Order: sequence, then structure tokens, then C-alpha cells
Amino acid sequence: MLRFIVRRLLQLVPTMFGLSLLLFVWLHRLPGGPETSILGERATEERRAQIRESLGLDQPLYVQYGRFMRKLIQFDFGDSIQTGRSVTTEFLQRFPATVELTVVGLTIAIGLGIPLGYLAARRRGGFLDSAAVGGSLIGICIPIFFLAYLLKLVFAVQLHWFPSSGRQDELLDATRVTGFFVLDGILTQEWDASWDALMHLILPGIALASVPLAIIVRITRASVLEVLSEDYVRTAEAKGLTEQTVRSRHVLRNALLPVATTVGLAVGGLLSGAVLTETVFAFGGIGSFLKDAIEFRDYPVLMGFIMMIALVYVLVNLAVDVSYSLIDPRVRVR
Amino acid sequence: MTLLDVQDLSVAFVRRGEAAVRAVDGVSFTVDAGQVVGLVGESGCGKSVTSLAIMGLLPRRGVELGGKAVFDGTDLFGLAPRDMRDVRGKDVAMIFQDPLSSLNPVIPIGLQVTEVLKRHRGMKGDAAGREAADLLDRVGIPDPKRRLKEYPHQLSGGMRQRALIAMAVACRPRLLIADEPTTALDVTIQAQILELLKDLVHEFGTALIMITHDLGVVAGMCDTVNVLYSGRIIETAARRPLFAAPLHPYTHGLLGSIPRLDALESEPLTPIRGSVRDALPWASGCAFQPRCDRPVEACVGAPPELDATFTGHEYRCVNPVRHSND
Amino acid sequence: MSKKTDKIDALAALSAQRSETGETLWKAAFKRLRGNPMAITGAIIIAIFLVVAVIGPFLVPYSPTATTWLGEVSESQALFPGPRAENWLGIDHQGRDEFSRMIVGAQQSLLVGVVATLFGLVFGALLGGIAGASAGLGGRIGVWIDSIIMRLMDMMLSIPGLLLAISIAAMIGQSVATVMIAVGTVQIPIFARLLRGSMIAQAQADYVLASTSLGIRKPRIVLSHIVPNSLAPVIVQVTLLLGIAIIEAAGLSYLGLGNADTTFPEWGVMLTDAQRYLSSAPRFAVFPAVAIIITALGFTLLGEALREALDPKLRR
Repeated sequence: MLRFIVRRLLQLVPTMFGLSLLLFVWLHRLPGGPETSILGERATEERRAQIRESLGLDQPLYVQYGRFMRKLIQFDFGDSIQTGRSVTTEFLQRFPATVELTVVGLTIAIGLGIPLGYLAARRRGGFLDSAAVGGSLIGICIPIFFLAYLLKLVFAVQLHWFPSSGRQDELLDATRVTGFFVLDGILTQEWDASWDALMHLILPGIALASVPLAIIVRITRASVLEVLSEDYVRTAEAKGLTEQTVRSRHVLRNALLPVATTVGLAVGGLLSGAVLTETVFAFGGIGSFLKDAIEFRDYPVLMGFIMMIALVYVLVNLAVDVSYSLIDPRVRVR
Repeated sequence: MTLLDVQDLSVAFVRRGEAAVRAVDGVSFTVDAGQVVGLVGESGCGKSVTSLAIMGLLPRRGVELGGKAVFDGTDLFGLAPRDMRDVRGKDVAMIFQDPLSSLNPVIPIGLQVTEVLKRHRGMKGDAAGREAADLLDRVGIPDPKRRLKEYPHQLSGGMRQRALIAMAVACRPRLLIADEPTTALDVTIQAQILELLKDLVHEFGTALIMITHDLGVVAGMCDTVNVLYSGRIIETAARRPLFAAPLHPYTHGLLGSIPRLDALESEPLTPIRGSVRDALPWASGCAFQPRCDRPVEACVGAPPELDATFTGHEYRCVNPVRHSND
Repeated sequence: MSKKTDKIDALAALSAQRSETGETLWKAAFKRLRGNPMAITGAIIIAIFLVVAVIGPFLVPYSPTATTWLGEVSESQALFPGPRAENWLGIDHQGRDEFSRMIVGAQQSLLVGVVATLFGLVFGALLGGIAGASAGLGGRIGVWIDSIIMRLMDMMLSIPGLLLAISIAAMIGQSVATVMIAVGTVQIPIFARLLRGSMIAQAQADYVLASTSLGIRKPRIVLSHIVPNSLAPVIVQVTLLLGIAIIEAAGLSYLGLGNADTTFPEWGVMLTDAQRYLSSAPRFAVFPAVAIIITALGFTLLGEALREALDPKLRR
């Protein structure tokens, strides 16, 4: 098992290397450059060249890439042109918010999706089944930012059940420890801060959960239906086991295997969706910062953020693969 | 003493918007305690559906079940699903065809054996584990303690079938149903598994319903044989008379299509024409008529009745095969 | 990552399976489709959408960009004339006829969907085809080309879709073409993997072996068996993508990466613009949102029905 993990991690190195090269060339081909954002359209050519030189953008691309890689080996992505702070700092400051949101979204999707999918399969053809299948089809088709806006309008603006934007009430002046506000509140025992952060997470979490929820419901349903027709479930029934045992030990356990895979893949969609949801709720994650970085041509930020997100995504899927081989003894780790 | 009395069993699969499919159509047979009874026929003749009906394992929706299956005085079809769970695996157990797919792939063998012991014999942790090891040992699995921790894919085909048998006999059932238990196995292993079944049946006094398409298996084990065709029993007899003098042309044909070592070189195999798909609906005559090489006019029109000779050899044919010494 | 690729490969492997009765995959699939209400609903929605998008713009009562009724609109008083005889869906916030904008917007959505899909399909099929053929030819160079292409595709798959689209959109600047290329590019690795996978699965399928052993010549096998059967999963993906493209395009419009000319009607842009009036004139959001949802639903329904029809595991 350990050898499998190590090998997979080693396989990551060339992938990430290739990705960095691809992104680097790609992003530096963007028309315009940070000098335009800094100086505006009407700056003199001289000033532009000065800025480009100070940022090292005048050198050939391979020199720039070499410099980038030298720093990268020390986990240094350079400094943001926009804010002047290190990209790693900017990322670490914002990523916890996105992680928090993603975790809440995923929790909602899994917590609701698996039971719904299971019940739909057990009552195949019934009302609940049709509702779950129909609902999940529609769920995939709703633009996520529209759903986010709708939720915000109804539950925050009109009904005032939840806060409409941000991560936490500024007035609480909560102590920061890890950057995960809910966790911080628990660690410092500032329960009201923790609760407030959680309430801020609910609406964006629901919006974000919509697509993965729809997918999980459908996969769980299909998977349970397939397992129900397996011979070993018949064997379990033939043994006269209680319905409870057959369900939990022989049906659900096996049916959840493909669901685990889906969850790993859904993380990619969640990270994408988080960018959109965060923008709607002015949630201080990576989303809006990334959007600004695009407009500003903030190369180090774009490089660093996209690479780190890709790394997170790849690592999550590695974790899913590993846990998969733990649940399913047939999967010999390759 | 009659242990199981199946009376006029019929199973029809109904789907919305489609004509009902009669898989089993008025099957009656009995199994005495300790007896080995064969249900023989080609695939699609209804033999597996019969066994699943007795076990109460047919899906509840889309199935129309008729008749009775009286086991030791109680009609199994009249039991509530919950009560039937108490019978299954304890008094009546079943072994399936494909041992690999019939075992749960993600649960160790040990748990799959002990869960039966815990359910029906009220055993707890260690005791159940010891008993499970004894059971594996009894069915001929070497090093049972280690095997208990292994998963189905780590066992060979024969071992898997032995493990399934161990689960089935864990509670010393009075009736065991084996549905093509050797079909998925290598020939050498087949014989071992049949020997094991024979031994267990003898040792525990268990009655056995042997479902097979293989007349060789029947010849080696069964006391009584029921031959099914297209959902009905077409011939019932004790083993010896059936093999010596089959009355139904279908049984006759089945026996004739088996290669025999003692046959003369010049004597060709006589296969049965056509396939099971060519069956006639019973309502309009004998289902076997389109493939029969002894058809007469009376074959078509009304379904043939089950007749019996004075020795109790039953057959469903208007023009049975004559044997010179009859 | 391997799980994502596994999933695509599983879809690809479908193409190598044939129905038990020996009918070709296509005939059997079509039969099942006809009896599936999901497929029929999807097909009807798509048909209506196509008719509206293709013919509609020629029949619209007013120009979608003319601010004819600007005088009747007052943003400060939240005064937006609603549906009436001359303007079936009312007037938008700049005094334009909402109905005409919706119809012309349909054409835009169709264009985005089709171009994005074609973009992804053409490049994906090209790369996947080269990889599959190289892998099939074998030899050191063949394997080498195959693995280089596929590694590249894996890299692209390792970036969450929208982020990839964002970085592409950022590269080529704000325009309609941006959205099409960005959405299409995300699909390139999926199509490439799909086609390569089904080509390899096809080449190893029993009936291809059988045809080869019967002495049928290779080009003939490729043309009459491998290509038509490899296409099955690709067609499923194309149908699903047409729906996804419309939703993703809306998302990119929302992030400000869509058409720079916001006067031109496009459902995604209309939905984004409408957000400012969500409380005063919710219908601005409802019309494009419902249009996007229903259209995407149509493609999703047909795509899923196709997948079901082609997947023997889901039959019954």
C-alpha cells in the first residue's frame, strides 16, 4: 500500500512539471500585461519597458520559466504583482474559505444524496424514485450562480434567515487560528463566532451542493439497483439474514464503491463551482481573487493558484483511490 | 415421511403491457426426508424458478405465484416474509451455481459463514468463529483459520463452492437445494463437490433437491428424478427405471444425446432437433411436439395428461417410447 | 485522477459490447430509445429549440437591440412594462422587446453549444484518433506517441473544468469565440480519451478477432466495424456536452468572460444582467433561466437516454 502511494506521488512530479510548463507558456501569451494594469492604457512606452524589466518580463520566456522553476523547488511561486505579497501567502489566506465551502457543499451532497439515491432504488418506479431522478436531472441543468442568487434573494434578502454575504460578522471580531472560521471558533471556544461562520456557509453550501447532489443521487440509485440484482444479495437472502443485515452489510456497502469514485471526481466540480458561488456571496475565497488576477494579468498568482488547485484535486483523487482499495479487497493496488 | 410437498406450483412473470410469461406451470412433486430428488431439464425449463419459489426468493413485484409448497406441515407460501426469513438458511438452505458471484466480494469468508451461525444458532463472536472454522474443515477447505480471513477472490473456484456449501449446511438444514452446483467448475472439481454433497447429505440426514441439466450428476446421486420441459414435469421416476426405460421421448432423447464409451463406433449420437425456443404453448398441445420424433395427431389440441404405469413411473405423453421388456 | 479516466474508459468500452440477440448496437439502441419517455421528451425539447434558434430570428417582431420603449422604462422607480399585446414578454431594462431578445438568444446558445462541441470533438477526436492508431500500430514510436498524447490529456483533466476554461478565456480575451473555445477545450481530453479507449476496446473485441481470423482485410474491418461502434460513446458525449456547454457558457458570461458586446442578446448575459433587477423585475431572470434550464434538460435527457440505451448493464 505504501509503495503504491509513493509511486503515485512520484508519478505526480512529471505531471505537475508538464502542467507548469503548459500553463506558463499559455498564460504569458495573454495579450496585454501587468504593466497595462499598473500604468493604464496611456503610459509611455519607456515606463512600460521599465515595469516589464523590473518584473523580469523582458527576458526570453525560457529564462523566465527557469527562474520560476528554481523558486518553485523551494515552494515559492513568487509575489503577486497586484498586492506585492507572496502568492503562497495569498493562497493560504484564501484557500481555507474555499475548503470550508467545499466541505460544506460536499457534506450536504453526500448526506442527502446517498439516502435519497438508496430510497429511490428501493422504491423503484414509485413517486420518490421519479422525484429523485427528475429532480437530479433538473439539478444538473440549473446554472449554479443563478441558484445561488435565487437562494440569496429568498432566504437572505427577503426572509432574513441567513446572512447574505461574507464569511463572518465583522463585529464579532473573532480570533483567527487556522483560517477555517468554524474550526477557529471551536478551538477558541468562541461558540457564537463558530455558529455565525456556519450560518454564512449554509446558503452558498446549498448552491454549491446542487450539482454533486444530483450526480450522487443518480449514481447511488443506479449502483444500488445493480447490487440488488447481484447473486451475492440472493445468497444473503437465502441465508435468512434479517432485512437490516442484508441492507447494510450486503447491499449498501457494495453499492457505495462507485459512489466513492464519484465523490472524488465531484471535488473538481465543487472547486469550479466554488469560484462562481463565492462571487455571488462575496465569500472571501479564491474565486474573486482569481477573477481579479485574470483581469490584472497577475501571472504569478494565476500560475500558483491554478497549480495548487490542480495539486489539491489530484491529491484528493489519490486519497479516494487509496481508500477505495481499502474498502474493496479486489482492487489490487497497481 | 414426506418433508416437502410441492402442489401445483405455478409462477408467471408479468410486466406491464406485456403478456405474462409462465415459467412454471403446475409442477407437483414430493421430497421425503433424507431423499435426493433431481429436477432435470434444459435451461429455461423452469427448474431454477421452481427452487427460488420454494425458497421465497422470487421478487414480490411482477410475479404471480400459485400452488403450495408444504414443508413439514406448513405452507411456505403462506408465511409472512419475516417468518420465512427464519426458515431460510436454517431449515431450508440453498447452494447456487456460480460460486464467485454468489459470494460477497468485499467481505471476508469468515464473516459470511459466521453471520448465518449468529442469525440462526444464536452463536457469539469466538464460538461462531470456531464453529465456522470447523465447518470449513468439514467441507474440505485446508487451513480453515487462515481462509476465514480471506476474501472470495483469493480462493479457487472449488474452494469457493465449498465455502458456499459450508454456509448452506451451517445450521444442519433438513432440506438443501443445490442449483447446478457444479456447472461453473472444472470437471475434476465437479466430482469432488458431488462427493462432498453426498457425504454431507448422508451424515446430516438432509434431503437434497438437485437441480441440474447434467444427467451424469443425476445418475450418480438421485433417488428420484423429475424431468421438466417448458415449465411442466413431463416424467417422474426412480433413478433406475428412468435410465433403463425412459418413457417420454424427451427423456429418451436426452439420454440418447449423451456420448457413451460403450457405444459401437457405428452408432451415431442422436441429438434432439431444434431448441427450447421451439416450444408449443401447453394450452395448445404438447410443448415438446415441434421437436419430437414420435409425433402423432393427438399431440396437438389439448395438453397431454400425466399418466402413470403400475410401478408408479409417471409420464406426460400420448405416444410414449415402448421398450421391448416392458 | 485514474478514477476520472477509468470512468471515461468504461464508457469507451461499451462500444465493444454487442447485444445478446446479435443485433447491432445501433438497431437495438434505437428500439429502446423509441420506447423511452425520457428520450422522447428530450428529443421534442431539442426539436423545438432547434426550430426556434434556426427560424426564429427571421420571424421576430422587433430588432433585439432596438431600445424602442426606453421612454416607458424607469430604473429609479422600478418601472418595467410587463407582458402585453405588442410585447409578449414585456420590455427589458433598456426598453428592448424581451421576446425578440429571447428568440435571438436561442440562436446564440445553439451557436455556442454547437461550436464548442465541434471544437472539442474535432481536436479531441484528432488527438484520440492519433493516439489510438499509434497504440494500435504498436512499435516503440507508436507507444511513445500514444503515451505523450495521453499524458498531455491527463494533465488537462487534472485542472477542474471551469478553472481551465477561465484560464483559456483569460488568454484569448473577452468575446463570443472565447466562450466557445474555452468550453470546447475542456472537452478535448474527454473526447480524446473516449475515442482512443473505444478504438482499443474495439480492436480487442471478439468479433474483430473473428473477422480477422476469417481473413477480412484490415481497412474493411476498421471501416465497417471499428469506426461505427467506436462512435457510440462519442455520440452520447456530444449530446450531453451540448447541454453542458449552454450552462457553462452562462457561467463564463457571469464571470465577465463572455461576449463583450452586452447589447447583443445571449441567455447567459441576459441572466447575468437580470440579477440587478431580481427583486424589482424577477421575470428578467426567470425567462433566460428557464430557457437555459429547459434546453440543457432536453440535451441531458436525450444524452442520458442514449447512454442507457447503449449500456447493456443498465438495460432491463
